[in-house]
Amino acid sequence: MEIFELSLSELQTRLRAGELSAVDAIDALETRISTVDPKVRAYLSRDLETARKEAAQADPSKPLGGLPIGIKDVINVAGEPCTCGSKMLENYRAPYDATVITKLKAAGAIPFGRLNMDEFAMGSSTENSAYHPTCNPWDLSRIPGGSSGGSAAAVAAREAFATLGSDTGGSIRQPAALCGCVGLKPSYGRVSRYGLVAFASSLDQIGPFARTTRDCAMVLNAIAGRDPMDSTSLDIPVDDCTRLLGQDIKGLKLGIPKEYFVDGMDAQVRAAVEAAIKQCESLGAELVEVSLPHTEYAVGVYYIIATAEASANLARFDGVRYGHRASNPSDLLDHYKRTREEGFGSEVKRRIILGTYVLSSGYYDAYYLRAQKVRTLIRKDFTDAFEKCDALICPTSPDLAFKLGERTDDPLRMYLADIFTIAANLAGTCGVSVPCGFGEVDGAKLPIGVQFLGKPFDEARLLQVAHAYEQSTDWHRAAPAL
Amino acid sequence: MSSPELDVRYVANLARIDLSEEEISRFQSQLGRVLEYVEQLNQVDVSGVEPTAHANPVYNVFRPDEPGKSLPKELALKNAPHSANGLVMVTKVVE
Repeated sequence: MEIFELSLSELQTRLRAGELSAVDAIDALETRISTVDPKVRAYLSRDLETARKEAAQADPSKPLGGLPIGIKDVINVAGEPCTCGSKMLENYRAPYDATVITKLKAAGAIPFGRLNMDEFAMGSSTENSAYHPTCNPWDLSRIPGGSSGGSAAAVAAREAFATLGSDTGGSIRQPAALCGCVGLKPSYGRVSRYGLVAFASSLDQIGPFARTTRDCAMVLNAIAGRDPMDSTSLDIPVDDCTRLLGQDIKGLKLGIPKEYFVDGMDAQVRAAVEAAIKQCESLGAELVEVSLPHTEYAVGVYYIIATAEASANLARFDGVRYGHRASNPSDLLDHYKRTREEGFGSEVKRRIILGTYVLSSGYYDAYYLRAQKVRTLIRKDFTDAFEKCDALICPTSPDLAFKLGERTDDPLRMYLADIFTIAANLAGTCGVSVPCGFGEVDGAKLPIGVQFLGKPFDEARLLQVAHAYEQSTDWHRAAPAL
Repeated sequence: MSSPELDVRYVANLARIDLSEEEISRFQSQLGRVLEYVEQLNQVDVSGVEPTAHANPVYNVFRPDEPGKSLPKELALKNAPHSANGLVMVTKVVE
């Protein structure tokens, strides 16, 4: 077995046994990246020299000692670029470490490489990167999903053992499903966002991608916890998310939300997810039908709330303290307007316009306030459903990976790709996508993901269920031919 | 909720973004369709429902008012497009 084929926990075992060194792991990744990344294009940049220096000092006895972790280009790592996939931050260098990076380093991990993404995390295909698209490792003519497409594709293509991404409406789970890896969105408040460039602050959450649920649990253990620098991170004890892994799921109740099996979803996705549900039943889980009656409104609520928050968050890009600045402005207004015209791409401009509109005088109550009220109902749907079950099981994405360019002219259609992931962000629950099979389109074999959703701050239980399913199948072992 | 009355040119000015004529007309029709779609929220009875600002009901998170560590000035200025004498340079705002 090649080093790059190891899962994160397998790599850890080898490092601790002294069979491999952390420098070997970095070297193996570098070779693999130079072989496959010209095709996949998951990375925006990487600093091999620093990673190798850190690897030489690695202490494998630490929780993540010597393990390289790829980072979505939206999380600050001191001294490294953080472009957010935008021309606006092309020359920016992070002046400090995000809290998740401080924690990863304290656990002995080595942040290595900057991963491609939709500009400012706005998109579902990674085609909105100002630099280049990333290709799906299973079919290079298709999208990897988004917005954390680089983080998902790198893990699937075996050019990273694990990565961090961010999930505002599905940006971890959807690309994990489309690329065939595991992607975990922790509960809102579980992980500090200090040093994550903000998109929609009431929804954003940082989480891991890896080849297995155990690997994701290991990374989450390292990055979770209250941080005084993010007042939305909750002061509740950090759970060991690996503590229930391997326990059977006999008698656990799995809820099937009937609204998540809609007409128009891909037939192959439906068949694979239904097979996964049967598999969980055969493992002893008790299936219960539940209802999330306000599901059909989630996309509408999301695109009002997320764009409103984005329009406020992205006001900081004014060409003064950092980022692009237009040359020779005639006055301050011209300075702002041209700086932002030149620095932002189309999708970011489109969302800022929508968000500014729904917050503007005369429209605030009709759009933003109403959306916040419907959000209350969506959140209550989940509270009610979780009274009847321990976790929910449903599809991650209604579709298989689509062709590059197929939806770029139709934002609404692109937005609807997030239909099964968005509600978890609105409700603040945790969720994970796990490989559950393949579909076939035009001769291409494309991964399908099943999504498990857990009660807020119940990641240990969520991962117990996802792990039991995963370990009873071989889907997570499949690798693309590159 | 009134029918979509979005004027992209007007809102772009509020958002301090210049747009080309082509972008204005493209965004007008694309966002018009998005706003038509979100009209479905009108079907929901929200009478007596409190708004949710974010998923966890925590409010007024305070810390002791004590000076802490902050970013050194040199580091804070490193990314500024224009700086001089330890200060960020801005475009002239007074005549």
